[in-house]
Amino acid sequence: MSIETMEMDTVEKIAAIPIEQIDVSRPSLFQKDTIGLFFDRLRKEEPVHYCRESKVGPYWSVTRFDDIMAVDTNHKVFSSEAKLGGIAIQDMHSAEGALELEMFIAMDPPKHDQQRKAVTSAVAPSNLQLLEPTIRERACHILDDLPVGEDIDWVDKVSIELTTMTLATLFDFPWEERRKLTRWSDITTAAPETGIVESYEARREELIECAMYFKGLWEQRINQEPKNDLISMMAHSPATRDMPFLEFLGNLLLLIVGGNDTTRNSISGGVLALNQNPDEYRKLNDDPSLITSMVPEIIRWQTPLTHMRRTALQDWEIGGKQIRKGDKVVMWYLSGNRDDTVIDRADQFIIDRKNPRHHLSFGYGIHRCMGNRLAELQLRIIWEEIHKRFAKVEVTGEPERLFSNLVRGITKLPVRLHAR
Amino acid sequence: MVKVTFVSSNGTRREVEVAEGETAREAALFNGVPGIDGDCGGVCACATCHVHIDPAWIDIVGRLMEGAAEAELLQFAEGANQYSRLACQIPIVTTLEGLVLHVPAQQY
Repeated sequence: MSIETMEMDTVEKIAAIPIEQIDVSRPSLFQKDTIGLFFDRLRKEEPVHYCRESKVGPYWSVTRFDDIMAVDTNHKVFSSEAKLGGIAIQDMHSAEGALELEMFIAMDPPKHDQQRKAVTSAVAPSNLQLLEPTIRERACHILDDLPVGEDIDWVDKVSIELTTMTLATLFDFPWEERRKLTRWSDITTAAPETGIVESYEARREELIECAMYFKGLWEQRINQEPKNDLISMMAHSPATRDMPFLEFLGNLLLLIVGGNDTTRNSISGGVLALNQNPDEYRKLNDDPSLITSMVPEIIRWQTPLTHMRRTALQDWEIGGKQIRKGDKVVMWYLSGNRDDTVIDRADQFIIDRKNPRHHLSFGYGIHRCMGNRLAELQLRIIWEEIHKRFAKVEVTGEPERLFSNLVRGITKLPVRLHAR
Repeated sequence: MVKVTFVSSNGTRREVEVAEGETAREAALFNGVPGIDGDCGGVCACATCHVHIDPAWIDIVGRLMEGAAEAELLQFAEGANQYSRLACQIPIVTTLEGLVLHVPAQQY
């Protein structure tokens, strides 16, 4: 349900909640897609907001663009360290039987810097260009196989398939077994309560299987001439080739997770946004060169990760509010991306915006998304090829959304394809 | 106005004029010089306005300061070296008349 079609009483009810009782961590608000109304209130009435009680404990919400930028670029005060709780509103926790993977996204300098530097060249734009022809060719195959004029689920048939295909290409992963990558990505971030894994023990077993599989690929690549895929690059690069195995695995999984449901949901979210804004769809059909600015606009509009979290290492003031040492501080990118004091007509999807990359979806500062240019490359290829084949990807039913306060996901999107 | 020359990775030179007090990032963006993105809006938060200062100018512009936010960001940029700076952190002053900046093939 979108805000436009929402019943009036819901809108009025949200407007009547006392501000101190607002808890934007409830996953149901994201699933029902009413969360925007809550963020609108917080940005206007209390842009840095303290929630005293919630299922994830007490936390601060930072909701305006500039305040989010100030927190994100101040890593000396606002820590990402896993041991302090990590990077999501739900604390990272050590559970019995869990396999602890070290990832630099949940580290502070100096360790963060060393590890990030080691793998950063793997997704550098100059390397990605070498992979572009293969990504495009495989995208073409997937799109050519789709039935025209029939009802299909865009998420399953296209978004997941295209994202998995790209990951398999990046790692030169055995093609027939590529859905393993999707599975390993899903379980890396899963806790038993999500239903994705049965227990931490079961997750551990699957991750060990994943580790052994990648160990095999690593050994195969290290004995071959260097190639363009990420595993070969890491096996041959002086910065990464002597990395302890668990560290290698953690970094590898970070690359997979980072490129999995984020891109998947941007592919789905773009189709939905164009259908909700027929004038924009017309603009695209009239001038496909707008794909260049549409891609970052889709990433802003979808905001595939709703937030990142930090922990205050000392007392600090944000937007006039006193944050205490040890407090949990949540930067709501989804809210900052709708802040119309910084983004012109922020509540509208406009594919030919000026400065479309001025958004928060990738974060800012030293933890800024390392794959941001890859994400854009993928979406650009996909939209160029969709445009060549289909006059319209028509949404024919209500989308279903993910029950999550972190991943802004679309789980089902019924569509019908119209040939060009 | 101060004259600044941007040299692209294929050797194309573009001379632009910029008002004192603007930054080198604005000099590029306001004059449509390709290759400088400046995603964050010019607040040293994204490293997408990476330039290489011409060696003849590096000591006048100044090098990266170790430990500063600019250096922390640039350490992850593709092709960063001893001449790397972020254009948003270079305020244009009259002593920079004739400054030459090299634009990398891609921002990251």
